[in-house]
Amino acid sequence: MYPGMQQKKLMFWRYMFNGLAVGMAYALVAVGYSLVFGILRLINFSHGATYTFGAHVVLFFIGYQTNIWLALSASVLFTGILAVGTNKFALEPLRKKKSPPIASLITTIGVSYIIQNLLMVFMGSERKSFPNMLDIPKLDLSGLPITEPQFFLFTISFALFIILTLIVHKTSIGLAMRAVEQNTKAAHLMGINVNQVITFTFFLGGASAAIAGVLMAGYYQLVYPTMGFLIGMKAFTAAILGGIGVMHGAFAGGLIVGLAESFASGYIGGTYRDAFAFIILIIILIIKPTGLFGKKTITKV
Amino acid sequence: MLSVKGLHTHYGKIHALKGVDLEIRESEIVTLIGSNGAGKSTLLNTIIGIIPSSGGKVFFNEEEITNMPPHAIVKKRICMSPEGREVFPQLTVQENLRLGAYAIKDKKFIKGSFENVYSLFPRLKERTKQTAGTLSGGEQQMLAIGRALMSDPKLLLLDEPSLGLAPNLVLMIFKLIADINKQGVTILLIEQNANMALSIADRAYVLETGTIVLSGDAKELSKNDAVRKAYLGNT
Repeated sequence: MYPGMQQKKLMFWRYMFNGLAVGMAYALVAVGYSLVFGILRLINFSHGATYTFGAHVVLFFIGYQTNIWLALSASVLFTGILAVGTNKFALEPLRKKKSPPIASLITTIGVSYIIQNLLMVFMGSERKSFPNMLDIPKLDLSGLPITEPQFFLFTISFALFIILTLIVHKTSIGLAMRAVEQNTKAAHLMGINVNQVITFTFFLGGASAAIAGVLMAGYYQLVYPTMGFLIGMKAFTAAILGGIGVMHGAFAGGLIVGLAESFASGYIGGTYRDAFAFIILIIILIIKPTGLFGKKTITKV
Repeated sequence: MLSVKGLHTHYGKIHALKGVDLEIRESEIVTLIGSNGAGKSTLLNTIIGIIPSSGGKVFFNEEEITNMPPHAIVKKRICMSPEGREVFPQLTVQENLRLGAYAIKDKKFIKGSFENVYSLFPRLKERTKQTAGTLSGGEQQMLAIGRALMSDPKLLLLDEPSLGLAPNLVLMIFKLIADINKQGVTILLIEQNANMALSIADRAYVLETGTIVLSGDAKELSKNDAVRKAYLGNT
């Protein structure tokens, strides 16, 4: 076998692991879209900005020499509160007034720009380097086509994804979330405080976006106020692609988008990287309009 | 136990309930009959807090519950099996029932509720792991009633429990309603099938375009000429 062959194989695995790592982070962001959509039938376009906010909170605290774990916890807490606040102050009043869904949609886009601009005002609009702060234990990955940051991005995102899935499928509040998703009126009749469930859902989405934001900022070692725009679109694409409202849909969608763009930029050229998520989205939606794992809503009368 | 005083409800500009008065005493079965669009479901939904009232008051055991949120009313142990069953289609029978006791934290209590519901509806026990959307109409109805019983209600509101069921199932559901009542649950029953409803009820109210036009002992009402003509299909 001549050396060129080896090289080709190695590159393939590199693209593969890069795609898996980034894709897993997309999946984590996609869950946020999926959860909120499941409960409110609303695409929350402020989710990308929420993700950005999460990364900036950590940067802010690190600026004050805070312990990284403390900074991370603060980010999860504040970003969760930001998401809850978005719902309470911007979306809930619209629902109370029974405004058309488009009003809420536009509101989430508005909120996303408000968050972005506030970050520019208070943190500056330039690209800031993000410290590689996680004290990563040294792993012997020599000879393997995976880097340490990739390994940690993938494992931490994957672990969080499992935790989120367990919350939705194994806990009492998760059962209430699924109940509200399937039939809000009946959920009321079960004694479920629906507003509380909605609040919890936004918190969960915000918290997971914060962690994804920090992980990705650590991965690219870069933070800036518009960093959430493109990833927000891609994660949204991932959610739709996998079937919005379904946990494993977000998982599959995230990995597909991550892998597709990693391979595309490797074999076709980096210029096309960002377009690939959307090309795949269009193809899959033509074949299966509900997304890969999307369910048809059955209403039996 | 439950007293409704001069209750008004508006749907936008439609005045659906125009001052309804209604009284339910402990351990009774009270039925509410009336044609489509008379406001029967509206009344039940207003009592349980799903639809806000625009006037009047609702008391449960002397405590005012008007316009409380539904989850607070359910905690006072008023439960409802809604029209059209409204089960959670992608959740299993067991999860649907578990949700019926959502407000309850006591595990022993919940276990007892499961046993009680499964003994009333053995069919549900055979299908615990099946998703509710795959059940037949009759089974879904049993599930909707069973779910409403999970938190051991003092007052059970039943909205059209026999709607769309085969005649033998209708009989069975009515027998079950009588059994549930014997367990000490007070029942407010809405029915299209006025014949059956009057046969198991203690008292009845007749609702027409948002107003109570008649009320009284169920046996006597079933002999009333106007009622027979309008709701019992014979003259």
